[in-house]
Amino acid sequence: MKKLMLGNEAIARGLYEAGCEVVSAYPGTPSTEITEYAAKYDEIYCEWATNEKVAMEAVFGASLAGKRAACAMKHVGLNVAADPLFTFSYVGVNGGAVICVADDPAMHSSQNEQDSRHYAIAAKLPMLEPSDSREAKEFTKAAFELSERFDTPVMIRTCTRIAHAQCTVELEDRKAVDPVPYVKNPEKFLMSPAFAAKRHPIIEKRMEDFAQYAAASPLNRIENGKDSRLGIITSGTCYEYVKEVFGDDAGILKLGIINPIPANLVKVFAERYDRVVVVEELDPVIETFCKSIGVDVEGKNLFPVLYEFNQTMVAKAFGIEPEKHPEKKTVPARPPIMCAGCPHRGLFYVLSKNKITVLGDIGCYTLGGAVPLNAIDSVLCMGASVSGIHGFLKAGGDPTKTAAVIGDSTFMHSGMTGLANIAYNGSNATVIIVDNSTTGMTGHQHNPTTGYNIKGEPAAKIDLEALCHALGINRVKVVDPYDLKETERIVLEELSINEPSVIISRRPCVLLKSVKHNPPIQVNLDKCKFCKSCMRIGCPAIYVENGEITIHSTLCTGCGICRQMCAFDALGGDV
Amino acid sequence: MNSGNIMIVGVGGQGTLVASRLLGNLFVNAGMDVKMSEVHGMSQRGGSVVTYVRYGEKVYSPVISAGEADFIVAFEKIEAARYAECLKAEGTIIVNSREREPMSVTTGQAKYPHEILNEMADEGIDLDSFDALKLAREAGSDKAVNIVLMGRLSKYFNFPEEDWINALKNTVKPATYEINEKAFRLGRK
Repeated sequence: MKKLMLGNEAIARGLYEAGCEVVSAYPGTPSTEITEYAAKYDEIYCEWATNEKVAMEAVFGASLAGKRAACAMKHVGLNVAADPLFTFSYVGVNGGAVICVADDPAMHSSQNEQDSRHYAIAAKLPMLEPSDSREAKEFTKAAFELSERFDTPVMIRTCTRIAHAQCTVELEDRKAVDPVPYVKNPEKFLMSPAFAAKRHPIIEKRMEDFAQYAAASPLNRIENGKDSRLGIITSGTCYEYVKEVFGDDAGILKLGIINPIPANLVKVFAERYDRVVVVEELDPVIETFCKSIGVDVEGKNLFPVLYEFNQTMVAKAFGIEPEKHPEKKTVPARPPIMCAGCPHRGLFYVLSKNKITVLGDIGCYTLGGAVPLNAIDSVLCMGASVSGIHGFLKAGGDPTKTAAVIGDSTFMHSGMTGLANIAYNGSNATVIIVDNSTTGMTGHQHNPTTGYNIKGEPAAKIDLEALCHALGINRVKVVDPYDLKETERIVLEELSINEPSVIISRRPCVLLKSVKHNPPIQVNLDKCKFCKSCMRIGCPAIYVENGEITIHSTLCTGCGICRQMCAFDALGGDV
Repeated sequence: MNSGNIMIVGVGGQGTLVASRLLGNLFVNAGMDVKMSEVHGMSQRGGSVVTYVRYGEKVYSPVISAGEADFIVAFEKIEAARYAECLKAEGTIIVNSREREPMSVTTGQAKYPHEILNEMADEGIDLDSFDALKLAREAGSDKAVNIVLMGRLSKYFNFPEEDWINALKNTVKPATYEINEKAFRLGRK
C-alpha cells in the first residue's frame, strides 16, 4: 500500500516498521510530527519529554535496557542535547538508537539556521541524510541496523523541505526485534575518565570501519552522467534540485551517509569528471572534506551559505537562466502575528505601555516583539529570558523597569534552572510565565503543566505556583491577561517590590478546542470617534475599511481586550 | 495535463494546507508521482504562507521557483502579487478578491496596494479573480474559502468531477464534508 506522507510521518513509519519501542522528544519545528505520528502506533511508547537533553538521555536508557529507541528534535534542540550526544557516542548502544534532527534553513520557524552536520563530525557519529519521504522511511530502518552493527547511535538529519514535504511511500509491515538483554558492563557504559579513555580509541576505530562500510553502502550512490564534463556531489533536498536541473545529464555522487564521507568513493567519482561541484545548503561541510583529501571541487564560490536552495538557483549557479516570468513585485510584508484573541496580547500591551525592558524567550509569545507592540527587547534561546534577566540586573539593569517573559512549556524545558539561580544568587528579577496551557507555536502539544500526556490521557500535572515557591521564590502572583487593569496593577507592583517574583499570566490558548469563543465584538459607529486606540493592541481582527473601524467577524473571538482600550464605549458585544 | 506545478498562497490559518492535501490526494489517486511542500510553525500565525504541489510521471524537487507555476491559487490579493514571479509566462493566477490587511498596513507603515490586480493584468498576467468568501458564506462557512478556490481550480482540469469529490472526501473531516462539498460545487460553477 502506498501513502502520501510528510517526511516526518515517513520517519515515524520507519520507526514503527523497524520495531522501535521507545520514542522521546521535545516539540520543535520542523521535527515535531515525527513524534506525533509515532504516537499513533500502539506498539511504540511515545512521550513529550521536558527537553531534548532529557529525551536523548531517555533514549540512552531505553537502548541500555535493550530496546530500539529514538529521539527527535530540531537543530537548536540538538544544542540542548549536546551533552549526552557526545558521550552517547562513547558508550554506544545495547538496543539500536536513532537520533533524528531537523534543520531549518531559511529559518521558517527558528532563531538561527545552524548546520547540524557539524555535530555528527564533532561527536564522531554516523549521520544519514534522506532526500525525500521515501528515503526518510528507508534510512530510518537502515539507521537501526547500522546502530546495532557498529555499536553507535546513528543520527538522521533532515531539513524543512524533507520534514514538511510529502511524497508517496510504500508501507511495509513492522518487524518486531528481540530485546538485547542488559548485562552489566561498566567499561562500556560507565564513562569515568579511566573507562572513557579506553573507549575513545574504540570510537575512532568505529568511525574508520563505518567509513569503509559507507564506501560500498547502497545509501551512497554514483549516477553516471552522459559525458565527463560535470560531476556533482550532493545530498538531501539538494539532490532533488540537482536532478530537476540536470536529469541524467550530469554525473552525481549522492551521499546518503554524510558522516563519515568515504574518501575513496569521492576520489573515484571525482576522477571521472572534468569539473566537480558540491551542491549543499548551509555550511561547506562536504566541500571542506573533499578539499581536505585533495580533491579539487567547487562549491561555495557558486552557492551561498545562507538560506534554502531551489532548482532555479541551482540552475543559475551553472549559468542556466530561468524562462521568462513575471517580475518580482514589491508588496507590504506579512510577517506572522499574535492571533486574534491571543491571551499574550493583554500582557504585552501592558509591558509595551509601561516601556518595560523585556527579555523574551522562544514560543508564540516571541511575536510580542512585533509591531505595533514592540514589547520584547531580546530573544536568544529556550530559557535565556530567565537566566538573562539575572545577569542584566546584576550588571546594573533597572529591576523596576525590566521583566523576563517565558511560556509554560519553555519554563519546564529550561526556565526552572534559571529561576533557581535567581533565587539562589539573589537578583530582584520579575519573571512572567505566560501560561496558555499548551505548547502553542509547534502545534499545541501537551507539557508537564497541562495534566495530559502525548496521547491525551490524564498525567501528572505540575503545579507552576508550587514549583516556583519550591525554587525559592516567595512572591508568586497569578493574573488573567484579558484583564488589562489588573494585569497592569500586578506587573507594576511586582516590578516595584524589592525581591524576586514570578507572575503567572494565565489564560488558555484561544486556538485550543476546549476554549469557547465569545461572539465577535460589534463596533457602534455612532459612538466611535475613530481615535484608533483599539488598534494599538495589534489585533489582526481590527482594521479600517472605508474610513471606519471594522472588526473581522470570523477572526474576532470576543476576547474583549479592545473594549478596554475604548474610552467611548463604542465596542459592544457580549463579553 | 500530464505534469504541472500548483502553488497555494495565502495567510496562515486560511486553510492552505488542506487545499494542498486535496490536490495531493487527487493526483495520487490518478496514479501520478506527487511532491508537496509546506511550512509549519511560526509562519502559520497569520503570516504569508505558501504550499507547493507538483505532479507528473517523476517529480524530484518539492518546491516551485521562479517561472515554474502553472497555477497560483491565491487566498488574498497581496499574496497573489508576492508570489507572481513564480508563474509561468502562460500560467494563471486564481485569486480571491477579498483583501486582508497585513499588520504593516494596519499600523500605517505600508499602504495596501488596492490596484495590484489591475497592474498585474496590465502586465499580461492571466488572472481569474472572484469573491471566494461570498461563495463560502453561501456554502455555510467563511472557512470554506479554500475549497471554493479548489472548485474554481478544478475547472481548469479534465478530471471528472467525481475524482475531485473523492479526493475531497479523503481530505476534509466528515463533520465539515457537507459544507465543503457545497463550497466546492459553488466554486466550480
